[in-house]
Amino acid sequence: MKYTEDHEWLRIEGDLVVVGITEHASTQLGDVVFVELPEVGTMVAAGDEIVVIESVKAASDIAAPLDGEIVEINEVIVDEPGKVNSDPTGDAWFFKMKIDDLSLLDQFMDEDEYKDLVD
Amino acid sequence: MSELLHLPLEELHVELGAKMVPFAGYAMPVQYGLGVMQEHLHTRKSAGLFDVSHMGQVILRGPDFQTIALAMEALVPVDIAGLGMNRQRYGYFTNEAGGIEDDLMLANRGDYLFVVINAACKDADVALMRAGLPEGVSLEVISDRALLALQGPLAEDVLAGLNDAVRDMRFMDVADLDLAEAVCWVSRSGYTGEDGFEISVPADAAENLARALLSDDRVEAIGLGARDSLRLEAGLCLYGHDIDATTSPIEAGLGWAIQKVRRAGGTREGGFPGAARILAEQAQSASRARVGLLPEGRAPMREGVELFSTAEGGVAIGRVTSGGFGPTIGAPVAMGMVARDHAAVGTPLFGEVRGKRLPVAVVPLPFTPANFKR
Repeated sequence: MKYTEDHEWLRIEGDLVVVGITEHASTQLGDVVFVELPEVGTMVAAGDEIVVIESVKAASDIAAPLDGEIVEINEVIVDEPGKVNSDPTGDAWFFKMKIDDLSLLDQFMDEDEYKDLVD
Repeated sequence: MSELLHLPLEELHVELGAKMVPFAGYAMPVQYGLGVMQEHLHTRKSAGLFDVSHMGQVILRGPDFQTIALAMEALVPVDIAGLGMNRQRYGYFTNEAGGIEDDLMLANRGDYLFVVINAACKDADVALMRAGLPEGVSLEVISDRALLALQGPLAEDVLAGLNDAVRDMRFMDVADLDLAEAVCWVSRSGYTGEDGFEISVPADAAENLARALLSDDRVEAIGLGARDSLRLEAGLCLYGHDIDATTSPIEAGLGWAIQKVRRAGGTREGGFPGAARILAEQAQSASRARVGLLPEGRAPMREGVELFSTAEGGVAIGRVTSGGFGPTIGAPVAMGMVARDHAAVGTPLFGEVRGKRLPVAVVPLPFTPANFKR
C-alpha cells in the first residue's frame, strides 16, 4: 500500500491501481453523507479533482493521484456513503485506474512514512 | 486559540473528547467522540447536553415590570407587557429598514426581564439596548453564569432526577430551581425542536451540574455540529444565515412572534423600528419568503447555493440560507429565501451545486415535528 499527502491510499491490483482514502482522512471528514465518483472511461491528469465527498460538516474533493484512465468505480459508497467511515481501507475504495507505469507509485509514501505524517 | 474567549466548561469538553473550534469568538465543542450524526440522533431519541454559555445573558431592571416591558417593546415587536409572570417568549430586535438585528428570548421574572441573545450579536445587542432604553431601565450583562441546554424526549425524566419540580413546567415556563446544589434559572425551551430545558447556572457550579447530568446513561454531550442540524430539521432560523439585518420578519416567516396587540389595529400597534414595512408586509405580503427545501438527490445543498426555477438559463430566484444533511430524515435538507412566486409548497426548483442544476422541492417546515410539552 502507498499513501499520498492528500491522505489517499493506493493499492496495486493486477495492472490497476485501486484508490481510497485513509482511516485518518475519514475520521477528519466526519460522517460521510454523499459521494460523487467520476465516470468510467474518464481520462484524468494527476491533481484533477475527480471525486466529491460531503460529510455532515463540509464538501471536499479527492484528486487523481496520477495520470490515467478510470476503469472502475465503487457504486457501493454512492449508495452507502457511511461505508467510507466504517471501512475506508476495505469495502469503501473509490475507483480503479489504469496508469502507464506502475513504478510511478514509488514516488508515494509507504506505511511508515505516512504514519509519521499523520502522527 | 489564544485570542479566543474561553468558557467555564472548556476543560470538561476537552476531557470528554470534544473537538474544539472557534465559534463567535469562543472556543466551542463542535463534536465529541460520537460524531455529529450519532449526537443528532441521540438527542432526538434520548437527551443531549449542550453548552451554550457563549450566548449572552442580560437582565433589564426598572421600577416595575410594565415599565421595563414597554421600554423593550420599542426595540422588539413582541407583546412583552402581556407576558405572564415566569413565562418566556421568542422575539427579535428590528432595524429601521424592517430587518432583523438579532433574535432573542425574553422572560418575565417578576421584577426583571431576562434576555438571552446570540453570541455573535452580543456586543451590538447590548449597545442597541443601552442606546434605546430610557433612563430608569438599567441593563446588566450576566458574565458569571454558564448556560446549558438539555434537549430531547427524555430531558424531563433526566432533569426530574435532580429536581422533580421540572415536571410541572410546560413549554416556555421559567423557574428558579435548585439543581445539583445550585440555584438555576430554568426555562422549558431550547432550539432543537425537542422538548427540553435551558439552564442558567452559576459558572462555578456549572461543571458539577454538567457532570451530574452526564452521569445519567441517557445523556450524551452534544456539540455545535449536531445543534445546527437539529435546529435545521426543526425549521428554526440561525441568525446571520437564515435571517439578518436585511431580512424582514415577515419574509422569514416569523410574523407569528408579533402578537396581535403589536400588529396593525392592535392596542399597542407598531412602535418598533421598521414597523411601517413589517406591518405592511404582514397585512399584504412580502416579496420573498423563507421556505423548506428538500433536494431530490443525495447531494447536500449548503448555504449559498443559488436556486433557479428552470433546469437551464434564467436568473436565480433565491438561495439556500442553511443546508446540510438531516440525520433524522436520512437525506439532505435545507432552508432558503426565494421570490414569493416560487414559495408555494410543491414548487419544483433547481439548486446549482458545483455547476450542475439539481432538482429540489419546496416543502413545509419543519422537517421533523416539534415535540414540545405545551
